[in-house]
Amino acid sequence: MNLLYGLAYLIGAPLIGGIVIGIDRKITARMQSRVGPPILQPFYDVLKLFEKENIVVARPQNFFVFAYVAFMALTGLMFFSGGDLLLAIFAMTLAEVFLVLGAYSANSPYSFIGAERELIQMMAFEPMILLYAAGMYLATGSFLVSSIAATSMPLILLLPGIFAGLLYVTTIKLRKSPFDLSATQHTHQELVQGVMTEFSGPTLGGIEIARWYETVLMLGFVYLFFGFSPLLAIAAIVLTYMFQIFMDNTYPRFKWSLVLKSSWLVAATLGMINILVLWLYFKGGL
Amino acid sequence: MGYIFAKPNIICEGHEGVYNDSGVSKVNELIFLILFPFLAALLLLIIPRDKIRRAVGYIAALIILGASVYLLYGNFSSTVQYFGLSSDLVNRAMLITEGLIAIYIAYMSLKFRKYYPLVLIVLQSTVLVYFEFSRPTEAILNNLFLDKLSLVMALIIGVIGSLICIYSFGYMKDFHVHHKDAKDRRGVFFFVMYAFLGAMFGLVFSNNVLWLYFFWELTTICSFILIGYTKTDEAVNNAFRALTLNLLGSLAFILAIFYLGTMGSPTLALDKILLMDKAIVLLPVVLIAFAGMTKSAQLPFSSWLVGAMVAPTPVSALLHSSTMVKAGVYIMVRFAPLLYGSLPGLMLSLVGGFTFLIASGIAISQSNAKKVLAYSTIATLGLIVACAGVGTYEAVWAAMLLIIFHALAKCLMFLSVGTAEHKIGSRDIEDMEGLATRMPGVGVMMLIGMAGMFLAPFGMLISKWAAIRAFIDVNPVLFGLVAFGSAMTIFFWAKWMGKIIAVTRANGIANGRMNRDELAVLVVLTILTIGACLSFPLISHYFAEPFVLEVYGMAAQLGQDNITIMLLMFAAVLLLPFSMLYFRKKGKQLPAYMGARPSTPDLHFSGTAGVEKELSLNNYYLENMFGETRLMKTGVMISVVLVVMMFLFAWLNYAGVLA
Repeated sequence: MNLLYGLAYLIGAPLIGGIVIGIDRKITARMQSRVGPPILQPFYDVLKLFEKENIVVARPQNFFVFAYVAFMALTGLMFFSGGDLLLAIFAMTLAEVFLVLGAYSANSPYSFIGAERELIQMMAFEPMILLYAAGMYLATGSFLVSSIAATSMPLILLLPGIFAGLLYVTTIKLRKSPFDLSATQHTHQELVQGVMTEFSGPTLGGIEIARWYETVLMLGFVYLFFGFSPLLAIAAIVLTYMFQIFMDNTYPRFKWSLVLKSSWLVAATLGMINILVLWLYFKGGL
Repeated sequence: MGYIFAKPNIICEGHEGVYNDSGVSKVNELIFLILFPFLAALLLLIIPRDKIRRAVGYIAALIILGASVYLLYGNFSSTVQYFGLSSDLVNRAMLITEGLIAIYIAYMSLKFRKYYPLVLIVLQSTVLVYFEFSRPTEAILNNLFLDKLSLVMALIIGVIGSLICIYSFGYMKDFHVHHKDAKDRRGVFFFVMYAFLGAMFGLVFSNNVLWLYFFWELTTICSFILIGYTKTDEAVNNAFRALTLNLLGSLAFILAIFYLGTMGSPTLALDKILLMDKAIVLLPVVLIAFAGMTKSAQLPFSSWLVGAMVAPTPVSALLHSSTMVKAGVYIMVRFAPLLYGSLPGLMLSLVGGFTFLIASGIAISQSNAKKVLAYSTIATLGLIVACAGVGTYEAVWAAMLLIIFHALAKCLMFLSVGTAEHKIGSRDIEDMEGLATRMPGVGVMMLIGMAGMFLAPFGMLISKWAAIRAFIDVNPVLFGLVAFGSAMTIFFWAKWMGKIIAVTRANGIANGRMNRDELAVLVVLTILTIGACLSFPLISHYFAEPFVLEVYGMAAQLGQDNITIMLLMFAAVLLLPFSMLYFRKKGKQLPAYMGARPSTPDLHFSGTAGVEKELSLNNYYLENMFGETRLMKTGVMISVVLVVMMFLFAWLNYAGVLA
């Protein structure tokens, strides 16, 4: 484990995440034949949010969002310090549950439905990410991110199914269409801002920062497939993100049942088959 | 009393013939724990006045609690110990009691015209009687024993069980106020509750499989009486369903005993069976595992545990956390080393895995709080069964942790739901909206119980983590089943938590004061739940690891770094609520956004033409995907196939086809 990388993440991730999202917005705008905001716009937004008045429906909201941001940062700290992959995934779940609870505590119709949908998204996401950890373990013999990242094996060749599956569900975590059920960056939707509806001012700013952390974390997940060649890894990350932007702008949002069923189907087929083959190869003595 | 049996031929620490004074006192501790609850039960049965009965019940429960903690204190660092008792008298008494139970079951089945239990008990008694007369006389020297697993089980039974008993006095008083139609048979109720504890102690201390079977039968009959307590049609039906399924298990159990007692080198001593060649004893072990499946409500036998929720809540708490279902998993964990690496063991673990998956799915579609808890119990038991079926040292270690943490969190959940039910008059999750503000104490304890069931860094999640690490090495399919099942548990727990923490301002504080004793039990359980999570490395180090080391000669661990991170996370979770002191006053409050219509804090908004309308929010239950009937049907089909294959493989092994 290397705490230095973790600390670098704590400081650097919001910067990188903000810029990534700024570029994302620019590219999205171009795809839609708009000029788009400056690349640093996400930072301006958050700075402005922090100057606004704190308005809440229920006071515990602030507390839950605080816990959400804290644990999302902690998750990344665990991951980038090279800690246990499963443990990081559990911490991420904990963070997400705090966000959902914050939305529930407001007891407001839009945030309530947003919270329910957020939970469905979590349910869609969870099996695939656990299979991802299992695949990494079977390929490298360790759950430690530090060992997985240090391996010289081209993991992507051993884990193509897992990679495809992760690519599929990453859309959920990046809150991109067609899987942006609970809250979306697009303006036109029926749920106002879904799970975020009742958060405003500094609280919303906090959520935005958590999103930057989360984005970098997701890209970190992608990195592990290409740990043998950092250059290739960066190229893969860029391509992955471009793919997500492309999907975001071409597909309309799915219904919840389609999101859930398709994510599970992908995990159960691509993910599981990959795991079974690996297991037979490494453990079953094939 | 126990001293009479105990004095001759004491064997301690496995050294035959060594007479040891501390051995005598220790075996008396065990005998005390087994017999004292029965004694207390008899007293409670005959005392008619409620106040005196309660006083006696409290004292008895505290003595049981104290005795089990004392047992821990005296055996903290000891290894497995065997105790011989001259058992002729005891055996005869057990046989007579078994006869009486059989007659009682036969009578009840005839009275209520339920003939399945009748058939089963006749078959079972025939096998038992035939066995008693035909078996070669083998004197079992060590009838009782104590190792880390029985010690942990005894603690769970003694501490959680007696807390439930204390809780039940206040609860049952309220219960009969709320249920005027049910006849007040509290004497019988407490009799059976306490007897249940005695039976469980006997079950975990028995080294003689015949004794184990006797106590096994006692738990079956106790649960039968408790489930049918209110004597409504539903209660009677469900009680008989529980009885039928459990007797089916008992039949398998007695067949296993018959096999063990009449095979080439017959033995009924648990320790000897565990040392025998896998190829010889696999068939009886599979039969016993089958019995364990029925008792711990695995698919396809899950329906009885769901039906058992008609009983008063303390009964559910007792059945789900510290007794009954834990007896089933206990026996499977005991035999796990023999199941390890065998095809029947693989089938058993898959039954467990599918039970986890299916039961977690069904829990999503339930709005009845007790039903959600029931399915979550079945799911967790599935996980433990999967661990036992896998049978590696890592899996058994995980199983033991699961047993401990599940017992605590689930007991807390049931009892707080029971208390809330009496105050708000409903056990529907939708009616628990805003419980954290309406009944802050119970609401918060419920939240802690739920967090304890599925969130990092609480105990259940740590154990689940240990379990999936064990699975991935042995069986990736099992890992997959647990991955999907876990995703579902997040959904149904989190949406329930959401209901409770919703801040509502209209419903007001629930009226009526809480029963002080109930509250005390809840607080103690909450402290225990948090305490157990905090001391998780110690629990693993002093109980789970030594047991695994004893059985397998190897110990599993989570690794120092991970434990440190877990504890840091736990500290963070515990400290977080204090930030509420800061956030409590922060922020200007406005009503929720309702499509830009003027609205009030209690979810009223002005609709068209000046009509004020009220809005209500209900959770998703996703009935189409996770409906009970549909999933249950699938689960039963899969599990029946697996069980049949389990027996088929065991039979092929017996016949020598699979060596």
